[in-house]
Amino acid sequence: MRSVASTVLALVLFATYLGIGALAHDTHFSLAWTLLSTLLVWAGPAQIIVITTLGSGATILQSAIAVTVSAVRLFPMVVSVLPLMRTPETKRRQLILVAHFTAVTLWVECHRFLPQVPRDKRIAFVHGFGTGLLCISLCANTIGYFLAANLSQTFASAILLLTPLAFLFSTARNAREPADVVALVLGLLLYPLAAQINSGLDILISGVVAGTLAFGVHRWRARA
Amino acid sequence: MSDFIGDWHALVVLVIAGVIPNQIWRMLGLWFGGGLDEGSELLVWVRAVATATLAGVIAQILVQPPGALASVPGVLRYGALVAGFMAFMLTRRSILAAVVCGEIVMLAGKWWLG
Repeated sequence: MRSVASTVLALVLFATYLGIGALAHDTHFSLAWTLLSTLLVWAGPAQIIVITTLGSGATILQSAIAVTVSAVRLFPMVVSVLPLMRTPETKRRQLILVAHFTAVTLWVECHRFLPQVPRDKRIAFVHGFGTGLLCISLCANTIGYFLAANLSQTFASAILLLTPLAFLFSTARNAREPADVVALVLGLLLYPLAAQINSGLDILISGVVAGTLAFGVHRWRARA
Repeated sequence: MSDFIGDWHALVVLVIAGVIPNQIWRMLGLWFGGGLDEGSELLVWVRAVATATLAGVIAQILVQPPGALASVPGVLRYGALVAGFMAFMLTRRSILAAVVCGEIVMLAGKWWLG
């Protein structure tokens, strides 16, 4: 059962990066650009934001702001993952690569696998595991890129649809508290409204408003 | 080969718009993370905003679809989302079932509409 679950997460990762490859192709980025973004950014949402905002004519500053807002979530993830493998002798520079690999897939799997790995071998384990996930994603990127170039429009659109579906449902699956669910639903509903303003910061506006409302719900529940 | 790399300007833009604004949070987590309480109110807000931003990205792809996805009528794009959601709930939160079901609805609808 455990191996089945990990296959599903790897499949979702594969589907996501297949979609990103296809998206990058359709927004006219080069394959090297796409692979480099996977290697250096290593966060699906940020990559999609860069591709869609730059592709729709936003300025560098506008997409940088949207990316950084989406990336704030990596901060608590890194904070919660690192104590799992730190020992008194661990130096900070040994954890840089671990911090870089930290994204939702690795974060979920670390909490699942690491208890079975001896503490002094955990950093090595995460390096290997992260590299494996990265290889899967780079392959998926390349396949998606060429599929979008060569397939019929129907299949190309099916690949592009993978990204929103995979993201939506993996985020929904990870939502633990009511505030997370409210943030997800409001974020979906508010974006079309924010897009009416057409400021170039639509995602940022709907994200901050919906997120703050969700936080309000969380506070209200905590007090009640 | 030049097709593979594209233009260098785009790669510089990638670093400024994508890599730095993304990595800064991981590195901050590495440097300052030790003393923070994971359940603190600030982190709850941060997580809510990050989740809502991600939802905005999903909505953007569905509302203003890129590339080939623009050839799919809006009804089918939203229908795929709804079908995926129903599969998600029926299967007690299976991501795979949701994605497969959404894709099937979109493809079937497109085939049916011709």
